[in-house]
Amino acid sequence: MVKDHDHIVSKFDEDLNQLDNLIAEMGGLAEHQFADAIKALVKRDGELAEKVILSDKRIDAIEENVDQHTISMLALRQPMADDLRVVITALRIASVIERIGDYSKNIAKRTVAITQTPPVGPSRTIARMGNVVQGMINTVLDAYLQRDAELAEDVRLRDEEVDALHTSLFRELLTYMMEDPRSISACAHLLFVAKNIERIGDHATNIAEHVYFLVHGTLPEDNRPKDDQSSYTVVGGED
Amino acid sequence: MGEVDMSNKVEVTAPMASADAARETKFHTRGVQVFYGEKQALFDVDLDIYENEVTALIGPSGCGKSTYLRTLNRMNDTIDICRVKGKIELDGTDVYSDKIDVVHLRARVGMVFQKPNPFPKSIYENIAYGPRIHGIATGKEEIDQIVEESLIKASLWEEVKDRLDEPGTGLSGGQQQRLCIARAIAVQPEVILMDEPCSALDPIATARIEELIDELRDNFTIVIVTHSMQQAARVSQRTAFFHLGDLVEVGETGKIFTTPQDQRTQDYITGRFG
Repeated sequence: MVKDHDHIVSKFDEDLNQLDNLIAEMGGLAEHQFADAIKALVKRDGELAEKVILSDKRIDAIEENVDQHTISMLALRQPMADDLRVVITALRIASVIERIGDYSKNIAKRTVAITQTPPVGPSRTIARMGNVVQGMINTVLDAYLQRDAELAEDVRLRDEEVDALHTSLFRELLTYMMEDPRSISACAHLLFVAKNIERIGDHATNIAEHVYFLVHGTLPEDNRPKDDQSSYTVVGGED
Repeated sequence: MGEVDMSNKVEVTAPMASADAARETKFHTRGVQVFYGEKQALFDVDLDIYENEVTALIGPSGCGKSTYLRTLNRMNDTIDICRVKGKIELDGTDVYSDKIDVVHLRARVGMVFQKPNPFPKSIYENIAYGPRIHGIATGKEEIDQIVEESLIKASLWEEVKDRLDEPGTGLSGGQQQRLCIARAIAVQPEVILMDEPCSALDPIATARIEELIDELRDNFTIVIVTHSMQQAARVSQRTAFFHLGDLVEVGETGKIFTTPQDQRTQDYITGRFG
């Protein structure tokens, strides 16, 4: 829609493209950071985790760049209609991606702690959850760059699987902790890791909503299935 | 096209239906066509102008927005080769009926032009002339009062009250334009048509006129043609976009500038027209 035809002032198009490039770069970095954080956790690789922690600064720097760029576009170009939505959406998405970066960094920090404890079981579920969420980040960035609201909608629907995995992981971790109190330290960290991954999934869903707004100028109707039962989950309560 | 049910005030933008229904229609126009000789300048324009609102007409040069504006008080009558077809009603009365007194119509539907055009007379006489010839006021006291009130409403009183007998042409451009607005107000019109009233003014004078337009809305219905989309966005409640003689889209101003429904509107307001 946006790229159908160019603006009379070609510098305006350059500015808009620049926004897309920044979001693409930032999103790519965040996806990579998240993948590395999960990999470090699964492989108990403290060194990789440290690298993830340090690299978060790059995402923050790009966010600042997006902020400045959008503010100057609002002031100098006074974008209207779909152009305005492009600028506003970039501003919003950048802040969401920055949050995704923070969560990945937190996963990496906990990984550093976890590597100092004996290994516990559920890394397969974590890896699977991480895979789904990484796919969501990847797809939603494509949806943004291609202005594809349907693809974004698809990402929104995938969040259900993440919620279900989160609930099952939660039960699994509670069980481990009850079986062996020595695993509590690692499992407590893993509970937060699971929550972080789940939150990243939510953020990918938020980006999907912003993409929908970008394309249609309205927010999607909230008919998204939700399946996160972890807040209600009790294991062994009947004893 | 000409025989549309008058109770149907809503058109083009359905989402505004509920808000539109509550407003009083001032001008009801349907199937408006204007020809300059052989050339057709407007095609079947259906548009309602609501009371105590500012309606902005936007579009590229030659799109027909000024032509449409001028049909509302029959300013097109002054052009020999110009023909107007369709239904144009002011408060339910056909503006183009033979029974209409055009001079009286133009007192009800005043006009402010692009270039300030005060009479080559004193500031006082610029205002007093209209009410005097329309017989709205006779006595000196009464006319004094109209002059003062009109200048106050046009936010010019404080600047000129001590020099009312100086020539109107001696004022600055922005002041002259406000004088012209005061002159239009003086004959107690119901509607004020403005054809790019700020295009010859600097940004400060423009801001004062825009502020004035917003104040005038309480008492008058205003239709403004403007080349500045920012101005349309700032001053109007509804915006109508014209292109190549067609009314492409009309709707609540906020909606037109954020989520226009027609691609041509989108292209125009985002600066992609080529």
